Amino acid sequence: MSAIETHRDNLTSKFGMWLFLFTEMLLFGGLFIVYTIYRYKNATAFHLAAEELSVAVGTFNTIILLVSSATVAMSITAIQKHNKKIAVVLLCITILLGLVFLVNKYFEWGEHLREHIFPGSNELALRGHGDVMFYGLYYFMTGLHALHIIVGLVLLVIITISVTKEKINSEDFVFLENGGLYWHLVDLIWIFLFPLFYLIT
Amino acid sequence: MENENNHIIPYKTFLIILAGLIVLTTISVILTQISLGTLTVAIALLIASIKSTLVLRYFMHLKFENRFISFATIGVILLLASVIILTLMDYLNR
Repeated sequence: MSAIETHRDNLTSKFGMWLFLFTEMLLFGGLFIVYTIYRYKNATAFHLAAEELSVAVGTFNTIILLVSSATVAMSITAIQKHNKKIAVVLLCITILLGLVFLVNKYFEWGEHLREHIFPGSNELALRGHGDVMFYGLYYFMTGLHALHIIVGLVLLVIITISVTKEKINSEDFVFLENGGLYWHLVDLIWIFLFPLFYLIT
Repeated sequence: MENENNHIIPYKTFLIILAGLIVLTTISVILTQISLGTLTVAIALLIASIKSTLVLRYFMHLKFENRFISFATIGVILLLASVIILTLMDYLNR
């Protein structure tokens, strides 16, 4: 370290990140309440609409996110062990898996769009109120989640560059930890989105 | 120095947790495919809760972090749970 010690407080930095994550949990929590109430009010329509979603694609995406969460967690271990190369490799795997998740989402949404099922479409309006609500919530919640994936990927790219430039090193890696926390939150939300939309039919 | 975080979690821990998470996902998919009626929702949510606890405690380091953050997290989860339960009680008993 240089002669001039910069003051850092990692615990406060992480707690700041946690406070932000709490607001994210409340944001998605509110959406889960909306989903539950509309499901209760339109049980049959939600049941039939949920059966149209592909469980296989959903499961595959769940596993991708779980693995990417593990790799980003392991990259912190690598940094602590002064193993820059492994950390970069693990972060690159995480970014790659995030991209695979988005590509899957693209095909999944593409399939629905080809069947003219999207908010505001005539096809959907003909099916009735329950289906409009289900697909409205489906697009909004998985869309908001995908937006978080994109933000997380941008963060991870910045982090990976910082690791290669050694701005993030075994002495100071709180940025990596906070970026990792964000990525885990995205995983955490998907852990609840997946059973609610794909499994409970 | 206060910032020194000497606790290095071995790679193996993360791999074991990952394996557990994948197994739980598989169980959840299989159990919800066979019709169990109203139990399905309960099982799916229970497994999701176990999975999120694992992610919070290990991947997000809460187990190894200052207790303060864990308490705050539990507080937020309780707040969210009470909001959900109160809203649902209102809706279901109208």
